[in-house]
Amino acid sequence: MYETLRWTVLDSLTIAGRTYSRLKAQPAEIAGFLVFPVIMTVLFGYVFGSAITLPNGGDYRDYLMPGIFMQVMAMTATSSATTVGEDMARGIIDRFRSQPIARSAVLVGRSVADLSMHLLSLAAMVLAGIVLAGWRARGDAGATAAGFALLALFGFAMIWVGTYIGLWIKSGAQADAATFGWLFPMTFLANTFVPTEGLPAWLKPIADWNPMSAVVAAARDLFGNPTSVSSAWPLRHPVTASLLWSVAIVVVFLPLAVRRYRTMSR
Amino acid sequence: MICVRGLRKRYAAQQALDGIDLDVPAGTVCGLLGPNGAGKTTAIRILATLLRPDEGRAEVAGLDVVRDAARLRFRIGLAGQHAAVDELLTGRRNLELFGRLYHLPRAAARSRADELLERFGLAEAGRRPVREYSGGMRRRLDLAASLIVSPPVLFMDEPTTGLDPRSRMQLWDLLRDLVKEGTTLLLTTQYLDEADQLADQIVVLREGVVAAAGSPADLKRQIGGDRVRVVFREAADVAAGLRLLPRPDEADLGATGREVSVPAPDGAQSLIRIAGALDAAGIPVEDLALRRPSLDEVYLHLTS
Ligand SMILES: Nc1ncnc2c1ncn2[C@@H]1O[C@H](COP(=O)(O)OP(=O)(O)OP(=O)(O)O)[C@@H](O)[C@H]1O
Ligand SMILES: [Mg+2]
Repeated sequence: MYETLRWTVLDSLTIAGRTYSRLKAQPAEIAGFLVFPVIMTVLFGYVFGSAITLPNGGDYRDYLMPGIFMQVMAMTATSSATTVGEDMARGIIDRFRSQPIARSAVLVGRSVADLSMHLLSLAAMVLAGIVLAGWRARGDAGATAAGFALLALFGFAMIWVGTYIGLWIKSGAQADAATFGWLFPMTFLANTFVPTEGLPAWLKPIADWNPMSAVVAAARDLFGNPTSVSSAWPLRHPVTASLLWSVAIVVVFLPLAVRRYRTMSR
Repeated sequence: MICVRGLRKRYAAQQALDGIDLDVPAGTVCGLLGPNGAGKTTAIRILATLLRPDEGRAEVAGLDVVRDAARLRFRIGLAGQHAAVDELLTGRRNLELFGRLYHLPRAAARSRADELLERFGLAEAGRRPVREYSGGMRRRLDLAASLIVSPPVLFMDEPTTGLDPRSRMQLWDLLRDLVKEGTTLLLTTQYLDEADQLADQIVVLREGVVAAAGSPADLKRQIGGDRVRVVFREAADVAAGLRLLPRPDEADLGATGREVSVPAPDGAQSLIRIAGALDAAGIPVEDLALRRPSLDEVYLHLTS
């Protein structure tokens, strides 16, 4: 038992090490990580922001940044799906599976490495927000930390969604398309960029119950940024709701992915 | 070392394996042949613990491939049909990574990586990322990765596909060395000369069943003895020439219309007699040769 656990941890670290080695070989990827936040901040903060006024007042750019933070964490699913799909296509997952590696280590190791990379990209986003949009966390330090922790947890959950998709699709490009295609629009079908109040009646419940809305609303609350009110339960209790959503996603997709990995084409 | 009984595997619409038996003694080489889709890769994947059989039993190194999969994985090496290496990492980092996953300490994994790079002629290339490798270099790196822990049983799915003739022969030598050291090798191949060169035992699969099995010599014997092939200069001479050949009723006519092949019951003596008879009759001949049956013929006979 102890031995199994020890090897699960050590193997996971080895797998995580691989992700970091790969990153070093992709300077363009790192540059992308850093340029993307600047583009998003300028695009939404200034291009759209100049035309949007919040119904309850408050600075739009302060309102916007937590939405963009959530979007960065949601899109983790795409890069995980792509890299897992690529490994499937290349037979690397098969090679791992023919090796005496602890059962969950390959997926757990990559999820942790992926998360740490995406946290770096979140940090770049925060910096861009502070420098370019004058964004600040206006709550106390504990609440701010809690806000980032919720964002990280959501990113971790989305990594498992992407991993599960990648394990089915067996091609990097196709897994990318199969994730990005619904995920990116879904980040807009929420309170990410505009309050849900103005949405048509049939669309509003979808946006209110989108897990992403809860995450964004929780982050806005915890950062002391302007937020929008909604009578929907998840938005009245955003911290609880986003916690529940993220844990639920992990509880569903982590075991599904590990099971798929172990019994793949069996 | 490898013992398979009544192995069956079905994919949605396709019975990939339909009851396979296989015995490979320790320290020998078994060559799995068969046309595309015959089930070779499926068989290898089951034996390498990647796929669970629907029916039947398979033991490798005394361990059941389903029940003892976790322990078995320490004792097998697998080189799949496509090179399974990380494009972005260097060759050396790839081998080090796979070594670490066999639970070698870091220093041991590194020195093993260097040793294998040396052995596979990749010592220089080891410092470059794999995406800059040629197809053959990738293939060699992949094979090196399957040898990290010097496993007692090695599975190779078309190991020399895409290698140039020199690399292929080098790999054969390497595999012979491994077998001499006691490794048991199961390999699939589309190259019959490769099976002929390496295998102690050949198993021909066809549509998921064993169509034939035996040593290369056994299989050749099954197809018949030596033959003499004559290519006449003029198609018009074929009829006249045929009358001078032994057993003309068993002749095969070649596609060119100028070519015939007949059994040579006395081997080289038959050849000499045929040459004399044709010369005496003044029939001009373009080519005349004694041919031993090749594995190609055995294979085509068994799989068509
Ligand atoms: N994952 C899969 N899903 C469905 N059918 C499959 C799958 N893998 C293989 N098959 C089918 O099973 C049969 C056997 O395939 P297999 O890959 O074992 O053949 P093979 O002998 O290795 O062929 P090749 O020489 O082309 O590599 C084929 O008809 C193939 O279409
Ligand atoms: Mg195959």
